Amino acid sequence: MDPILSVRDLVVEVDTGSAVHKVIDGVSLDLYPGKTLGVVGESGCGKSMTALATMGLLPDRFRVAGGSIQLAGEEMTTVKPSRLRQLRGNAISMIFQEPMTSLNPLLTVERQIAEVVELHQQKSRAEARDIALEMLRAVQIPSPEARLAAYPHELSGGMRQRVMIAIALACRPKVIIADEPTTALDVTVQAQIFRLLRDLQMDTETAIMLITHDLGAVAEMADEVAVFYAGRSIETGPVAQILDTPAHPYTRGLMSCTPRLKLGAQAREPDAGALGEIPGMVPPLGRFPKACRFAPRCALADARCTHDAPPKVALNDAHAALCWHAKEEAFA
Amino acid sequence: MTQTAMEPTSAMSKPAKAASIPDEAAITPAHPATEFVRAFARNQSAILGLVLLALVFALTFLGPVIYPLNPYEMVDMPFAAPGGEYAPLGTDYIGRDILAGIISGGKATLAVGASSALISVVIGILIGSFAGYFGGFIDAALMKVTEFFQILPALLLAMLLVSIFGAKLLTIIIAIGIVSWPQTARLARAEFMRIRKLDYVNAARTAGAKNSYLIFAVILPAALPPLIVAAGLAVGSAILFEAGLSFLGLGDPNVMSWGLIIGQNRNYLLDAWWTVTLPGIAIFITVLGISLVGDGINDALNPKLRRR
Repeated sequence: MDPILSVRDLVVEVDTGSAVHKVIDGVSLDLYPGKTLGVVGESGCGKSMTALATMGLLPDRFRVAGGSIQLAGEEMTTVKPSRLRQLRGNAISMIFQEPMTSLNPLLTVERQIAEVVELHQQKSRAEARDIALEMLRAVQIPSPEARLAAYPHELSGGMRQRVMIAIALACRPKVIIADEPTTALDVTVQAQIFRLLRDLQMDTETAIMLITHDLGAVAEMADEVAVFYAGRSIETGPVAQILDTPAHPYTRGLMSCTPRLKLGAQAREPDAGALGEIPGMVPPLGRFPKACRFAPRCALADARCTHDAPPKVALNDAHAALCWHAKEEAFA
Repeated sequence: MTQTAMEPTSAMSKPAKAASIPDEAAITPAHPATEFVRAFARNQSAILGLVLLALVFALTFLGPVIYPLNPYEMVDMPFAAPGGEYAPLGTDYIGRDILAGIISGGKATLAVGASSALISVVIGILIGSFAGYFGGFIDAALMKVTEFFQILPALLLAMLLVSIFGAKLLTIIIAIGIVSWPQTARLARAEFMRIRKLDYVNAARTAGAKNSYLIFAVILPAALPPLIVAAGLAVGSAILFEAGLSFLGLGDPNVMSWGLIIGQNRNYLLDAWWTVTLPGIAIFITVLGISLVGDGINDALNPKLRRR
């Protein structure tokens, strides 16, 4: 099967005025129809920048400096603005992190959903209204007829995120980028939103790029995972393999930071509640180590790690990691 | 098909919803417009402003019916004092009725105020929105133009325009509009710079919206509240401007306005105070009313200033 969205060796640079830094340095990703790719990593590792580059929404001073982003075979990095506008919202859309601020406070729910449909599908107002209603039903908003006339401030956070999802799905896009769609929501609402996204995905064969720093969300939603660190994708593979046999010390570190519920005898062990931590922090832009970027924080780092860039080690045909020690880690 | 299936459902679900979630209505805030009217009505000075404006409008539009006297006609001796037999508010330097002048001059004065303010707000919003939205070079270039207009003495520029193109009402309106847009432009620019970075603008962009749509349909409505207030205050300052031009002899002599009465009688201020003072009071009341209402709107639109 061909990927619907394919990112190859993407480089994004930022011009800070005094220097040019690479915020994303050679990232490659593939998104397949009907599948979900989880992109995980700490804040500032380039997850959101990859998403914004894909949407053509990079902020001022940021630019794509190399590589390619292909959406259904169409190159997104060089596409004309008019074509880009046709694709946005129609072939590819985005669910933002903050449902509180991502809806236009001056428009009713109906107008916000209908607008996208009118814009891309040349539908009349009445037809767009029907689609808006249908979408509100699809995202399981109670009494959707009444909610059409509601303004965002009249809705709860979970409801607003549902409306955001309804907007993103209104034109049946091939790809949805969900940038931490549940960070601002309660855990219970989070589970509902994920279930909803999965159900809708099954109906529509939409590919989802789920950006998150929550490994629990990844375990629940993703088919494939890409772990980001300091502007690079350091480990990629099927979700089960990444979570069961993480090959990169950073992935392993991330997992040890995730709290787990322990029961019975386990819970009475002296260390039962202790969480692992990764020493240090992500190096600031422009101060990335030359060889392995994780080396200064890595327990396994040796001379080789600080002198030579790590190779991409394939553990099997689907699972690969950017680490000198990948094999020993994975099979440890 | 969907629609026909939907109609009965929506008709049925409304009473059902009202019955099942009764406390939702209690926590749902009132419609923004209702909230606005309430906040405005609580503001006493805003209500005073509204009353003053109502008086001015009544004088201007009902006045000619109640007191149908030709303002250009000589009715008494020049400089007849107020309370005289023929002219209740006295006469001017050629014996024309001051009250008739004030009644008929209101229309021109209000028209100049409103049209000049409209021109200045439209220019200001266009320039400010483009500068604030696009930023960078476009912003720098447009702001240089704005600053050029800001450093010129406005009254002098308006006088220049009126003396070149002739003292006609239309010229005066355009001249006042041209010299007074920079404030609006700066305000619009600041609002656009703030709002264009908000998430929902980006969300609209990811939905495929064009620049023109983002500027006029997404950002402008959100930027409007302070601009509406500025437009109201611009009416007041345009009226003052027109009075200033007329006072200096650059008013349209064929159209009766409050400024014109003042301008034509200003040499006789010490001999016949009423010829200048009475139209001056009319201007004062109008501008005061506009300011008070403008401030009231501003406060009512700003949730932080609403007193509970």
